[in-house]
Amino acid sequence: MAERNRVEVAEYKWPEPERRRLIGTRVSRVDGPEKVTGRAKYTYDVNRPGMLAGKILRCPHAHARIVRLDTSAAEKMPGVRAVLPLKKVGDEILWAGDEVVAVAAVDEPTAEDAIRAIVVEYEKLPHYVLDTDPKAAGERARPTAEQIEGDPDAAFREAEVVVEGVYGMPLITHCCLEAHGSVVEWEGENQVLVHISTQAVSGIAGQMAGPLGVPASNIRVKQDHIGGGFGSKFSPDSWGIAAARLSKMAGGRPVKIMLERDAELMVAGARPSYYGRVRVGAKRDGTVIAWESETWGTGGIPPTSALPLPYVLRIPNQRKRHIAIVTNSGPARAWRAPLHPQACLLTMAALDDLAAELRMDPLDLLLKNIGLAGERADVYREELQIAAELMEWKKKWHPRGDPSPGPIKRGLGVSIHTWPGRGHACRCDLTIYPDGSVEVKLGSQDLGTGTRTAIAIVVADTLGLPLDAVRVRIGDNQYPPAGGSGGSTTIGGVSSAARRAALDALDQMFARVAPLLNAAPEQLEAWEGRIRVKGDPSRSIAWEQACARLNGMPLTVRGENPGPGELTTAGAAGVQMADVSVDIETGIVRINKMVAVQDCGLIINMKTAESQCYGGMIMGISYALFEEKILDPVTGRMLNPNMEFYKLAGLADVGELVVHMMTGEKYDRRGVIGLGEPPVISPGAAISNAVANAIGVRVPFLPLTPDRVLDALAKKGGSHARV
Amino acid sequence: MRAFEYVSPTTKEQAVALLASKWGETEVLAGGTDLLALMKDDVVRPRRVVNIKEIAELRGISFSPRAGLRLGATATLEELLAHPDVARHYPALVQAALGITSPQIRNMGTIGGDLCQRPRCWYFRAGFGLLARDETGRSLVLEGDNRYHAILGNEGPAYFVNPSSLAPALIAYGARLRIFGPRGTREVPVERFFRIPQTEAEREYDLQPNEIVTEVLVPPPPAGMVSATYEVRHREALDWPLATASVALVLDGGRVRSARVVLGQVAPIPWPSPEAERALVGKTVTTEVAQAAADAALQKARSLGKNGYKIQLARVAVRRAIERAVQEGAR
Ligand SMILES: Cc1cc2nc3c(=O)[nH]c(=O)nc-3n(C[C@H](O)[C@H](O)[C@H](O)COP(=O)(O)OP(=O)(O)OC[C@H]3O[C@@H](n4cnc5c(N)ncnc54)[C@H](O)[C@@H]3O)c2cc1C
Repeated sequence: MAERNRVEVAEYKWPEPERRRLIGTRVSRVDGPEKVTGRAKYTYDVNRPGMLAGKILRCPHAHARIVRLDTSAAEKMPGVRAVLPLKKVGDEILWAGDEVVAVAAVDEPTAEDAIRAIVVEYEKLPHYVLDTDPKAAGERARPTAEQIEGDPDAAFREAEVVVEGVYGMPLITHCCLEAHGSVVEWEGENQVLVHISTQAVSGIAGQMAGPLGVPASNIRVKQDHIGGGFGSKFSPDSWGIAAARLSKMAGGRPVKIMLERDAELMVAGARPSYYGRVRVGAKRDGTVIAWESETWGTGGIPPTSALPLPYVLRIPNQRKRHIAIVTNSGPARAWRAPLHPQACLLTMAALDDLAAELRMDPLDLLLKNIGLAGERADVYREELQIAAELMEWKKKWHPRGDPSPGPIKRGLGVSIHTWPGRGHACRCDLTIYPDGSVEVKLGSQDLGTGTRTAIAIVVADTLGLPLDAVRVRIGDNQYPPAGGSGGSTTIGGVSSAARRAALDALDQMFARVAPLLNAAPEQLEAWEGRIRVKGDPSRSIAWEQACARLNGMPLTVRGENPGPGELTTAGAAGVQMADVSVDIETGIVRINKMVAVQDCGLIINMKTAESQCYGGMIMGISYALFEEKILDPVTGRMLNPNMEFYKLAGLADVGELVVHMMTGEKYDRRGVIGLGEPPVISPGAAISNAVANAIGVRVPFLPLTPDRVLDALAKKGGSHARV
Repeated sequence: MRAFEYVSPTTKEQAVALLASKWGETEVLAGGTDLLALMKDDVVRPRRVVNIKEIAELRGISFSPRAGLRLGATATLEELLAHPDVARHYPALVQAALGITSPQIRNMGTIGGDLCQRPRCWYFRAGFGLLARDETGRSLVLEGDNRYHAILGNEGPAYFVNPSSLAPALIAYGARLRIFGPRGTREVPVERFFRIPQTEAEREYDLQPNEIVTEVLVPPPPAGMVSATYEVRHREALDWPLATASVALVLDGGRVRSARVVLGQVAPIPWPSPEAERALVGKTVTTEVAQAAADAALQKARSLGKNGYKIQLARVAVRRAIERAVQEGAR
């Protein structure tokens, strides 16, 4: 900023440890009481005057062509206000659940009746939903170019030990507890108001403008709270656009379309499946020198891309192939740390099998090869040691196969992961009012991670004020634009922008009060509700008195990210360990304990940082043991689009969870790094490895259900074959 | 959900008069934990719903050493768990009810509703009917995904599994159902209440559309009886068991004088196993004897393709239920 011409770039930095009263401490969420008392309003709770209920007719077939479409009966029904075909005769449908017609009616039952009154005839076409066997997929298997690094052939010849295994995880769905959806209304000819459950408050208007033919500037987007997104809520979605169109057809009346639970699971989320045959070559001392992988999997119609393999460890000689299988299932969406959980399992399970073959402790194998992790090798080394202590690894670990008698076998597994997480582009306006109150506004959103609280912490600490002195306003695209909450970029973006705004605002305050304190502005500091002269606390002025000097005119300062000073960087490193019990008579896996040791640079709020790790582990336990989007080979439909057979872990399933966050000068120095995604990456691999350690054989595929565990035990070795 | 008429009679005579004589037109409403889901999913479409919770004589649980246990049809699962005599004399019933791991469902769900709840087969719940056939008549279960389907009594045409956790325990105790209809009261052993439907028009239990279950009568526990339920479940959180077994053994000087072994979640009906019972009678229960009974119980089991693992799980459930009954009975 121009006024800040005396300041060199280096001054935009995070406060030293002794200057932090809130940053890095355990602060409860500012919106916690609102949430636990039910006062917090989610999009689902938005009910506007005169609102209509929108419903969507979905195609029951996985592949079909529409040969007849007759909406006339629905249009004539009393209470029906708009009927909007989303497909026409001749259109091809490529997955079960795709949208065919949208209707708006005075209430939900009427809308449902209208849906049932619509006549659609389909010509059924052959569908394909299998993804585990690329050979069976025929022309639906799309190989991508082979990638080679170093000299894999020579390295495999040189290797003294080679292991080969098959690993993978199926399609799963996001299963947001607040379904996708929006409430849209036209306020006059050219003005649209959108309440939407979204991860990108500032990004929605631009996506709706084209389809609606309205300038983005005329589209107002709001959201106070969201009930989960996990990467699946960046777009208004076809049903959001449909809600807007229906509203227009109905004379502007608000139309609410929130997906039903089955639709939510069928069409609004999918993490692609990935499977792979992996070979790893090593020296007898455990030095890993060669990698080869052939992977395959599906994300629906658009072909999946190759995985970042081998994961974290840059094995010098590699050959990789990927085959994307195109299937008739709904399109994939980013799922918390896209591609990483899959790449992590394929790599960490293969290394664990290598350790078993070498009769080495997998922790020692990781430590031996950790140099391949590059820049963060030291962090991993430190984290592995801390995790081992918290897990009592050396005391509890045994070679593969629990020798103790009885059906319950216990085992340990370890995995490491990484994530970039640099802060996104973000702007915020910070206003100091003459009465001393402070407000921050930005078009961001709180994905459930505690964004409001983090912003308040940064601003309060910078201005030397208590937390409740700062009012954070987000969730409105009339505020300065902020990036979408994806890629764990929010904390770095909002905290950096807020820090810069607060530093600049403080400079202006210093300039105003310096004469009163007989000091130069750069001699001042803000501390515990006062502005004072550094080194001479007797010369000070209370914050409110200082603000009274604003002469009745609020002071507003814009903060931006990126900007001067390095407040956010990329590259979080984490380690997780799992302790499981497996009943080898039933194949049931229970989690005894999990340990997460995680780095994310400078921690703004210790409490919500730990929360992310707890949540990540719980979500990870869920996909490791339970989750699967089961597609029926016969009908092509999802068989479990409900909360009863789409199984999520409950509290009784998660065992003891231990979190340790890395802190200290070395971590602070790197600035703020995102944390939303990293802790969900390792659970699949750590748990799979723990199960192999317990029962003596690898269960190749997640989720680790009784049938898969019993099958691996019966085959005495699952996929882990010696070569 | 489609619109419907709601009625709330206060006597069983009124209730029966309000029920239609054809399936599909009316439905009985108890706790509603299953019926509401069926209606929302458009699997049943009653034009009238008859609430039976206002009928006083359908409520309550009572026990006397002479008459045994009387469970009113609308007594809740939570009331069952809370009753001290049930816990003391019928542990297999309590262990079965504990497996329904949601307090919300146990607070609302009733004993009659647990017995009359409809199968969870995902083809049935998606609107393909109890026999789960597509428009060409082929069985979706046989051709599709049958990982949770029947391993016993699965010669067809039905392949779903009976979902009730209470039924196997009640059968093991020799319980009877009292049913009220236009022609008055009749009694049926719980064991004979369930049946495998042969056509889409039949229900999976022996009720007329205008009959209601009014109570369950469990005989007093014979001297020397030990009993238990064991269920194999994937999730600890609310989940359906993959296989269960309830057993009631009458021991005489350490030997089994008589035995009832009933499996759940394995067949379209709760599945009593006379084979297992024969393997137990006259023996002292050891691990080998329990294992032999378990093997006998599953001898005729058959995989439909993806549910073979359930045979092993059911075997474990039978063995562990027998062992549990004997161990806990000895305390
Ligand atoms: C996720 C989940 C997991 C579950 N797990 C289990 C489990 O492990 N084991 C288990 O046993 N159950 C389980 N349940 C099912 C639950 O126990 C039943 O939904 C409940 O017992 C039904 O009782 P209700 O009174 O609510 O029945 P309602 O929903 O009112 O009725 C169910 C059916 O029975 C009929 N009906 C009810 N009462 C009578 C009567 N007196 N006479 C004639 N017909 C009648 C109704 O017409 C309806 O068709 C689970 C449910 C869910 C949602």
